[in-house]
Amino acid sequence: MELDTVLISRLLTGLTLTFHIIFATIGVGIPLMISIAEFMGIKKRDPRYVLMAKRWTRGFIITVAIGVVTGTAIGLQLSLVWPNFMQVAGNVIALPLFMEVFAFFFEAIFLGMYLYTWGRFKNPYLHWLLSLPIVIGAGMSAVFITTVNGFLNQPEGFVLEGGQFAAVNPMEAMLNTATPSKVFHVLSSAYLTGAVLLAAIAAFMLLKKKASDSQKIQSADYHKKALKMLMSIVLFFGAVNVLSGDLSAKYLGADQPEKLAAAEWHFETEENADLRLFGWLDENQNVQGDIRIPSFLSFLAFGDFDAEVIGLEEFPESETPPLIVHYLFDLMVMIGFILPAVSLLYFMFNFRKKRNEHNRWLLRLIVLCGPLAFLAIELGWYFAELGRQPWIIRGFMTVEEAATSSPYIGLMFLLFLALYIVLGTLCIVVLRKLFRGNPAELELEKEIGDQS
Amino acid sequence: MSYELIGITVLWLFLYGYLIVASIDFGAGFFAYYAKVTKKDHIINQLISRYLSPVWEITNVFFVFFFVGIVGFFPDTAYYYGSALLVPASLAIVLIAIRGSFYAFENYGSKDSTIYLFLYGATGLLIPASLSVALTISEGGFIVEENGWVSLEYFALFTSPLSWSIVALALVSVLFISATFLTFYASRANDQPALKLVRTYAMFWSTPMIVAALTTFIFLSQHNERHFHNMMDLWWMLGLSVGFFLLSVWLLYSGKRYGLAFMSVMMQFFFAFFAYGIGHYPYILDPYITIQDGATHESMGIALVIAFIAGLFLLIPSLALVFKLFLFDADYVKGKK
Repeated sequence: MELDTVLISRLLTGLTLTFHIIFATIGVGIPLMISIAEFMGIKKRDPRYVLMAKRWTRGFIITVAIGVVTGTAIGLQLSLVWPNFMQVAGNVIALPLFMEVFAFFFEAIFLGMYLYTWGRFKNPYLHWLLSLPIVIGAGMSAVFITTVNGFLNQPEGFVLEGGQFAAVNPMEAMLNTATPSKVFHVLSSAYLTGAVLLAAIAAFMLLKKKASDSQKIQSADYHKKALKMLMSIVLFFGAVNVLSGDLSAKYLGADQPEKLAAAEWHFETEENADLRLFGWLDENQNVQGDIRIPSFLSFLAFGDFDAEVIGLEEFPESETPPLIVHYLFDLMVMIGFILPAVSLLYFMFNFRKKRNEHNRWLLRLIVLCGPLAFLAIELGWYFAELGRQPWIIRGFMTVEEAATSSPYIGLMFLLFLALYIVLGTLCIVVLRKLFRGNPAELELEKEIGDQS
Repeated sequence: MSYELIGITVLWLFLYGYLIVASIDFGAGFFAYYAKVTKKDHIINQLISRYLSPVWEITNVFFVFFFVGIVGFFPDTAYYYGSALLVPASLAIVLIAIRGSFYAFENYGSKDSTIYLFLYGATGLLIPASLSVALTISEGGFIVEENGWVSLEYFALFTSPLSWSIVALALVSVLFISATFLTFYASRANDQPALKLVRTYAMFWSTPMIVAALTTFIFLSQHNERHFHNMMDLWWMLGLSVGFFLLSVWLLYSGKRYGLAFMSVMMQFFFAFFAYGIGHYPYILDPYITIQDGATHESMGIALVIAFIAGLFLLIPSLALVFKLFLFDADYVKGKK
């Protein structure tokens, strides 16, 4: 019975976060795209880019609403589902949580202003300026909340006295060893995903057939411009993201070796450790069908092919993460390389043979990248979170000690599952309704008509 | 002043802020639905959505701010309230989620849906009711701790006259605050039909509001004598509260200075809320958590206070800008922008 509540507590938190992360990632990534598009539109005096900003904002606000309510849910659930954890850890992580709310507050204030002041200022740059606090606020709330997660992986900034945290140094806890690489990776992947999502939509619209010819040209023009801009952003953040992923792996190698070892099914401590790609475990826990790249794990973890990588055998079995994380890790990394590669392909087509970058297969590939990017985000977080099991605060508190003992937790799981199903469905229905009947070319005609 | 006292003061201020802005929001939901049922929706719905759409997210942040802040300053609250409130707080989350999604979706056609408008109105009443449970149990007697187990005594809660009178007070206060604000907003918009309608709402709800306040006070004296006597020592605050109430009703009745009327409603609740809060001292949760014992480490407390002051430098100008754009910009209020 005891174990059951713990398992359901984990499932409930996992469910809420799985759902929230989709909208949180959109919430961090999209404002930057909106801001870039509006700026380009004003600078180039091209109403198409401004229209992109407008249309993206309209869709964005729907996802923000769901991000806000699920964020409120997880904020409360931290105390409701893990009361023992918050009682202890609250002493150390309160500062970043508090600051995250400030950043969120800041963003909320300016989002309202940005939304309801289109065309209210004479100077268009004034309205664009309102987008900057949104970008900054969204980015900062991701930074602060990620430092909390960093702390749970790498608890620092306190002294343990009789099972309680004492001599707390809030800044040191916030700027723990795990924080820099985590923050870097979270931000770069969110911006990458934001750009990929919008690029996938543009590509999808280009693939669709249009009714009349003049509208077809208008529409294609709009979406091609969006696609090109977004693809260059994908290339940039795709490269940055690979770099940040590499730094994260180096952090794991140095400070969280059991997570890296589990991710790579690296059982024995050795020098010149091989990198394993894919494969599966047979019933004797032997790895089958994997591809080994000699000495590459040492290089990945330490930047040195001869470095010694600690294996899982060094850790007591009760403290090693589940081996399933290998699949999550491999898939995430693979997608992380695919996304910038597709963008590179797009630009190669663009440079070599003109016009061919919009061939249907490439567009289909770009559409596919949208869901892949979100899959990678989920896989990455599953890897990060399952990878520190059995701990909730690594080395100090297990999830079993932290969970609620309330018998109602199972019912609450069902309640929230129903809520997320409803919210998810509504989100899709409303977004479809919003854009189906009101394509870009129609709005563009109106807009240009208004100006002349 | 010690950091834990600063902490609770700041949090209480934010809870007060939430009380005001959320009441406007929740009450508006009920009035919007009520107007629809009585076929008067064309009069006030435009007014309601014009003010509320840009600020609903800010309202929500006040709430998040409070609960993150209280868990931060007083981590023991996470343990006791978190354990005890799993069910009521989860229900509140679901209601808030339904409501939050309404704002996002209302721009795109769901405004016409009676079902959604009903949910919007219903959540406007159910959320304050479910949140007021937290206030009720802070009075003590509803939470039991036995060998490391914290649980809520549902039977005691549901049979307590105190808990029902707090719920009633929350509901009617929400309606009274909201109607007064809407009266003020309608007068700024110079929207005479809307003004007439919401002014009758405001005057109607003033009586049940003061009656509920009185009954809550009586039941509190039976449930928690210490708290009651502490409040009686703050008689001048309660007196000011009643004075401001009378002033606001008189202004509403005489049909002028609606801005001042709303201000005095704010002052009325300010004094009542702070008399209630100060009277609660030193307990946060009677008898388990006091402000002194439940506070976080000093270093964290000071860091939080610093973060709070730094944050205010960011928030106050931003909020001022919002007010300037959406509340005091006469053209926007009138619907010209």
